[in-house]
Amino acid sequence: MSKQEYTITVYTENQIGLLNRIAIIFSRRKINVDSLNTSPTEVESVHRFTIVINETEDVVRKLCRQIEKQVDVLKAFYNTEDEIVWQEMALYKVPTDEIAEKVKVERLLREYGARAVTIRKDYTIFETTGHREETDRLVEFLEPYGLIEFVRSARVAVIKASSGFHEKLKQYEHAAPGDELIENEFLDKQDEVFTM
Amino acid sequence: MSIVQNITRPKKNEEVAGFPLQESEVVELSGSQAVLQAFLAEDVEVIFGYPGGAIMPIYDALYDYRDQLNHILVRHEQGAIHAAQGFARASGKTGVVFATSGPGATNLVTGLADAMIDSTPVVCITGQVYAHLLGTDAFQETDVINITTPVTKWNYQVTDATEIPAVLAKAFYIAGSGRPGPVLIDITKNAQLQKFNYEGYTKCNHIRSYRPSPIVRKKYIEEAAKLINAAQKPFVIFGQGVILGKAEKEFQKFIEKAGIPAAWTIMGMSAIATNHPLGVGMLGMHGNYGPNVLTNECDVLIAIGMRFDDRVTGRLDKYAKQAKVIHLDIDPSEIDKNVKTTVSVWGDCKETLPLLTELVEQKVYPQWLQKFNDYKKQEEETCIQPELHPTVDVLTMGEVINLLNELTGGDAIIVTDVGQHQMVACRYAKFNQSKSNITSGGLGTMGFALPAAIGAKFGVPKRTVIAVIGDGGFQMTLQEMGTIMQSDVDVKIIILNNQFLGMVRQWQELFHERRYSFTDIKSPDFVAVAKAYNISGQRISERENLKNVLIEMLDHKGPYLLEVMVGKENNVFPMVPQGCSVSEIRLK
Repeated sequence: MSKQEYTITVYTENQIGLLNRIAIIFSRRKINVDSLNTSPTEVESVHRFTIVINETEDVVRKLCRQIEKQVDVLKAFYNTEDEIVWQEMALYKVPTDEIAEKVKVERLLREYGARAVTIRKDYTIFETTGHREETDRLVEFLEPYGLIEFVRSARVAVIKASSGFHEKLKQYEHAAPGDELIENEFLDKQDEVFTM
Repeated sequence: MSIVQNITRPKKNEEVAGFPLQESEVVELSGSQAVLQAFLAEDVEVIFGYPGGAIMPIYDALYDYRDQLNHILVRHEQGAIHAAQGFARASGKTGVVFATSGPGATNLVTGLADAMIDSTPVVCITGQVYAHLLGTDAFQETDVINITTPVTKWNYQVTDATEIPAVLAKAFYIAGSGRPGPVLIDITKNAQLQKFNYEGYTKCNHIRSYRPSPIVRKKYIEEAAKLINAAQKPFVIFGQGVILGKAEKEFQKFIEKAGIPAAWTIMGMSAIATNHPLGVGMLGMHGNYGPNVLTNECDVLIAIGMRFDDRVTGRLDKYAKQAKVIHLDIDPSEIDKNVKTTVSVWGDCKETLPLLTELVEQKVYPQWLQKFNDYKKQEEETCIQPELHPTVDVLTMGEVINLLNELTGGDAIIVTDVGQHQMVACRYAKFNQSKSNITSGGLGTMGFALPAAIGAKFGVPKRTVIAVIGDGGFQMTLQEMGTIMQSDVDVKIIILNNQFLGMVRQWQELFHERRYSFTDIKSPDFVAVAKAYNISGQRISERENLKNVLIEMLDHKGPYLLEVMVGKENNVFPMVPQGCSVSEIRLK
């Protein structure tokens, strides 16, 4: 089984120290985290981690179980790129005079979906949102014009097949959950997901 | 919300720390008092601890609770947590520890790691500097929460006393439920001192983000039963899950109805009597011959409450490849972690085993069982006989254990440390009751046995507790003889002294051309050291007197230390060399 990019979505309680608990699950196994985002969810008090790693499915599945084992974690999912819709945001700081002279700002805005966030005498900050390749392309484009600073956010992703967390949470709140609460969802497809 | 009704109160007319508690009354308590109220509500019998600056308010409150809570002063915080582990393992209850901030808390780390890997329920309370000093490198401040995160099932820092009742309820619930484990609660000094309106203690039985045991799916139990019923050579391997799930009876019923031979891991040992006709011995690197070899011959391998540790499986890609594997475990992360299962039965084995027993056919496998006996005979000749009935002059570790079996009738709790003596004791000790074999299995913590034995004695005061320890491990925590002396703990200590760090020396002999690099360890006069602690004892090196001396030790009222000088360069066999398959087990 070969490595590929997986996006892990973790629903958690909002607890101090939980970030560390989740982070050490990766670092203990010497697995690099490509991107990590924490955010609120549609449910008040429930937090959401979006983690991107490059690993085999076997490893990702084991990681998710280790994450879910943490007391303050409600649920962990992992998905391949085709199962999610995702975006990353990037900011680019460029010298205003260079841009004004050499680049048609209009073209920039249209082609890359970029937006000027700040325009000052000395520098201008553009912002784009999109996939990695798109934000990278703009870096390449801006580099000849004296790109001063570039920063990209962590990935945020929505699972296409998910119907939100409200219903699941209701079941978690009961001591004896209903059958819809899929706890051992991997059981049925273990032949597909496991290699030694 | 009910007020005060849930307070476990002392006997009538007694005051709790100067605050008489009456029905329907909100009382003002300090955070420290709330901690102790929680202990009373959770039926804590004994606390193992060591005071210090940042936990002084709790100790001050404890002064008023002395009649209700038994506090044992240890000599080192590692001793406290190992004692709590021994208490938990012997009694099946949750062990409780007090330690101060900084070095007090860091000294707990080894025990936390040990309790984590061996799934032992322990609640540790550590003091912490005042909340306003957090992160300032204050005196005796360490980031205890982050240091202990990887080695705790859950941990939490309390900076406000009002949180204490709910946090402690959660701590006890998490430590003891599901797959048990250690929990650490770090309480800042201001929270210990803070007075608040105490509304009683409500035990926790549900946390929405925490599912102690997964839902049992009948479908998988049916599939497992189908596999078992079709098997020609089924083999059960079981671990501590059977003991932790209090499912010894359910387990015995299962193997007896299905007629399947069963082997235990070191942690599962004593869940069934060691002389049970279907009990075929111990698995693992120094386990019995038959169970190891036949793992690679069985057609259905049924793993119950065990986690396929590398010391059990040997080389994974040559482990039970021919077999269909059924795995029963309460922890979903253990399923398919090391060994791919054909059918996985998630759930508490107390629940799943009776369901499975119902569906399996009553059977016997005389020929299959005979195979185990055949291997046992070979092992008997090559390994067991020379160990238990040696013809050479020097004493062996095995004969000491063998005599102990004879004298205790298998009723004693045996607490072992780590190394050769541990393997010998676990190979040869006989047990009639569950929770009798207490050892550091997963972490292999030298120095575990002496404090764990102290804890075990408090856990089950009526049972004989014998600590079997090597000369190396004993020197790691021998200061706990001070605890034995002060609290008059009736534990029997046997030091099996081979004047070497024996297990490492054995590996050096077998795999490193006898280059005995720093395994030659000198020891003090252990009997004299014990005497200094007012513990009686003697040293013995002759066979003649061994039995009488053991009788004298067992009959002695109070603690006793017996140092037995054994062969210097004896090896433990059989052995699955590291990196080899279980079927490549060596008899010599």
